[in-house]
Amino acid sequence: MIKVENLVKRYGDITVLNHLNCHFEKGKVTVILGGSGSGKTSLLRQLTGLDKPDSGSVYFNGLDLTTMGKKKLYDSRKKMGMLFQGSALFNYLNIFENIAFPLREHTKIADNIIKTIVTMKLEMVGLRGTEKLMPSQLSGGMTKRVGLARAIVMDPEIIFYDEPTSGLDPISTGVIGKLIMDLNQTLNITSVVVSHDINSCFRIADNIIILFYGDIIAEGTVEEIKNSEDLRVKQFINGEPEGPIPFTRTDKNYLDEILFD
Amino acid sequence: MEITATFGRFTLNRLQILGRSGIFLFSAIFQAFVPPFRIRRLIKEIEFVGSKSFLIVFVTALFTGMVLGIQGYYSLSQFGAEAALGVMVALSIIRELGPVLCALMVTGRAGSAITAEIGIMKITDQFPALEMMAIDPLKYVVSPKVLAGIISLPLLTAFFDLVGIAGGYLVGVKLLGVNEGAYLGKMVTAITFTDIYGGILKSLCFGLLITWIASFMGFTAEPTTEGVSRATTNAVVLTSLSILIVDYILTSLLL
Repeated sequence: MIKVENLVKRYGDITVLNHLNCHFEKGKVTVILGGSGSGKTSLLRQLTGLDKPDSGSVYFNGLDLTTMGKKKLYDSRKKMGMLFQGSALFNYLNIFENIAFPLREHTKIADNIIKTIVTMKLEMVGLRGTEKLMPSQLSGGMTKRVGLARAIVMDPEIIFYDEPTSGLDPISTGVIGKLIMDLNQTLNITSVVVSHDINSCFRIADNIIILFYGDIIAEGTVEEIKNSEDLRVKQFINGEPEGPIPFTRTDKNYLDEILFD
Repeated sequence: MEITATFGRFTLNRLQILGRSGIFLFSAIFQAFVPPFRIRRLIKEIEFVGSKSFLIVFVTALFTGMVLGIQGYYSLSQFGAEAALGVMVALSIIRELGPVLCALMVTGRAGSAITAEIGIMKITDQFPALEMMAIDPLKYVVSPKVLAGIISLPLLTAFFDLVGIAGGYLVGVKLLGVNEGAYLGKMVTAITFTDIYGGILKSLCFGLLITWIASFMGFTAEPTTEGVSRATTNAVVLTSLSILIVDYILTSLLL
């Protein structure tokens, strides 16, 4: 489905993605795990073509997203859906219009059919009856679900989730996790989830990729990751403050910095 | 040496921004003529930039005309030339005050709102969301705004001119007793097509300027609440100054 080859992304002197190679299987839920600043959101931006890498390729259905023109990129995007961290709903449109938006823009479907499609998608995320509300009238968990309904309204082949459960209560987290699995199983949609939430990740993932400052340090099924002997992986999944992943970001000597000359 | 380097960096930086904003405007206008055409979006933007500015333009125009009526009357009556009041009011409004004041009022009302709206869309990830839906944000958000500015401003200015002249009439003729025939008659003979054309041309440029600067500032705003508020202030200040400067350039070219 998606294949990443030798992907490099730098911001100034900082290498955010360091010669990454990985692939995302069709019909599977792949979770990209990593701490803050590990490069996972950056990887997501490269996978969707929102950002161009410094070198390397991202193949979507065999086509290289990094070199194609805008028209072809937009054609590929019509097969993708994305749930943003902040949901990114249009705050000047109500829930119905938000979900109907891609249909109105890209198809000539009649209004009554659009209504049926939107109702079906809202039912899938359990929010039928909210059509007339504005995004500001919904809770965080509910806006995520509306965002998800909008992401699947064009029946995409793949959905990207950027931190789908961050800032949600445990029940909403469970609901979103279940929705990701349901969509994956019932519609056979490939899912790529960027997250730092270990528990929900283990529940929903088929495959896991762990990023650590721009490098992939582990890749495999949930069991393989759980049984990994890599100390960094162990530290990350157990949430230990001490370990090979440093707490401080700088390698300058602390004493040198606080003591007078 | 240090000063030269700093000055050079500053100049290069400004030139770069100017270049980027030029490409931004060019792309927005180009995209406006590439199908699909979003007529509904355009009408909505015209409503926002144009229709909703009617009241504020009406009040500004009325009082500007009335003040011109009083000031003109007392200045002209010193030379016994009250009869020329109509010409004076009409010429100042059609040539200068109409386009400039109208543009300044729209800058304050619609320009600031455009920057804030685009800035907030940026903060809330709505541009990447549009991108992911295979919709060009520039075409969807900016093109209709720029077109709406170009369409609305000449119409608003024409309205301003009309109300302004009526305001002068109200004070001059009804209050101060200038001859009605002289006020209107001399105006009709003295105003040429060039005066009207010049005013409309100015308003076209201002319409473009307002929506261009406001949109660009919103698009390039730092994606924080502070960044958006700073961009909004900058947009209003920069647009207002640009209007006055461009007005001088256009006047000197037209006369």
